[in-house]
Amino acid sequence: MSMILIWLLITVACYGAVIGTAALMTFAERKVSAAMQYRYGPNRVGPFGLLQPLADGVKFIFKEEVIPAGANPWIFKLAPILTALPAMLAIAVIPFTGVIGTFEGTEVLGSIANPEIGILYVLAVTGVGVYGAILGGWASNSKYSLLGGLRASAQMVSYELSLILAVLAVVATTGSLNLHEIVAGQSGWFGWNVFSQPLAFVLFLVCSYAETNRHPFDFAECEPELVGGFHTEYSSMKFAMFFIGEYTAMVVMACLTTTLFFGGYLVPFWADAPWWMGLIAFGAKTSFFLLLFIWVRWTLPRFRYDQLMHLGWKVLFPLALINIFVTGLVISFGPGAN
Amino acid sequence: MDLRKQQIAFYTALLFGALAAMGWGLKTAGIQGAMFGFFASFTLGGGLMCIWERSVVRSAFSLMATFCGVAGLFILLGHDFLAMAQILIYVGGILVLILFGVMLTPPDLNERQLPRVGLGVVAVVGALAFVGAKVAAVVNWAQAETLPPAETKAEQIGAAFLRADGYVIAFELAAVLLTVALVAAVYIARRKPSDLIDLTEEGGY
Repeated sequence: MSMILIWLLITVACYGAVIGTAALMTFAERKVSAAMQYRYGPNRVGPFGLLQPLADGVKFIFKEEVIPAGANPWIFKLAPILTALPAMLAIAVIPFTGVIGTFEGTEVLGSIANPEIGILYVLAVTGVGVYGAILGGWASNSKYSLLGGLRASAQMVSYELSLILAVLAVVATTGSLNLHEIVAGQSGWFGWNVFSQPLAFVLFLVCSYAETNRHPFDFAECEPELVGGFHTEYSSMKFAMFFIGEYTAMVVMACLTTTLFFGGYLVPFWADAPWWMGLIAFGAKTSFFLLLFIWVRWTLPRFRYDQLMHLGWKVLFPLALINIFVTGLVISFGPGAN
Repeated sequence: MDLRKQQIAFYTALLFGALAAMGWGLKTAGIQGAMFGFFASFTLGGGLMCIWERSVVRSAFSLMATFCGVAGLFILLGHDFLAMAQILIYVGGILVLILFGVMLTPPDLNERQLPRVGLGVVAVVGALAFVGAKVAAVVNWAQAETLPPAETKAEQIGAAFLRADGYVIAFELAAVLLTVALVAAVYIARRKPSDLIDLTEEGGY
């Protein structure tokens, strides 16, 4: 077995895990919301309705594909790809577990790639995700779509700033952009970044909900006002692509929250845990944040658009600036400064 | 030629140009040369599309290819930090704002009828001549045996920004410029007292 084969295996495993989780999330979304509303939810396809995502996928493939008259055909086709692609690209650097073993003198890590600039890469590619909304909305040649697209992209651009600043505080405390090093820097008693950077964690969490267009910030697809937002005119598998992108982005954000603030694959109170325990710990922590996504969606009402912008620019952004300033002060003059 | 045939001719020429660039790169410098040809044709092709396309949104969108191509060139040079900063700032930020501005502007329908090909040729030839003369005048061509050690890591770039003999003045000037832009934006966007509605009334918040 050569190194390339191992890389291929890891790649397939990571992508399979994340995309599979994204598919299961569509099921979990309906099941959890049903439980919260005292309903049964999907329970016909397979045991407990577990095969529902598969049935949905087959149904989407067989649906008729409608491209509205006057739509810009190339950009119309490109937009769903541009939504799904960035979220999937971001999987490449997420550390699912630590060192699995050594093979021919090379350490095999629990992530597809391990670049020095890991977190910057994630921020860069997820920032591209805004194009799906803005171009999909524009190319559809529909007022609802255009309004939805403009809203979604304005929101994503506004909250991306605070998100990056929150991440920057974590990067400053760790002193590295590499995700494996960020995880390794969180070992020990109360070593998780959520204890040293609580404000950054709250900011990151709120902004990640806005970035993925989830409740309570889901103006992109605000049903009562905009029919469906920027994907109003999409049908069949292209419509499904938007949702694959959205749910994959959710999984990636949950993974990032775990990695940046909750010690990633570190197992609490067990410093030298084997790699599969790390994988289980990572999965457990990520699952909690995925559940939180659903929990929040079915608990909180939606913001109004001006409230959303107010929160983003006048509350979160100054808080993020103050946070990074204080972090800088503590690093320069606080205990442990040189 | 009608519009559609022009379009097809243009994009076919673009495709063949890109393939030729990649082939030439493969012949001269192996797989890295081919990659260089790929990213370079992305960069230049995006620019050409930007001036060719008649729809302003498509023009703006084609800049994405240019920015991504430049990021790819940075990666080929081993500067992964710069590449990611390029994507984060240009693709994720500036181009979105350009698209915003362009989309909210009503299209100028007369623009489609303007004869542009002659002007386009003149512009391209002029630009090529200018760049060629500039490059020939400035560059001292010599093939390096080994690349100079690149300061690629984020730490080194950060340190270079803050060193006195580095780029600290440019860095601080950029900071001042951005602050001025921020203050100006707030000034323009702020509500004048006459614009304010009584927020205690129904419908306010």
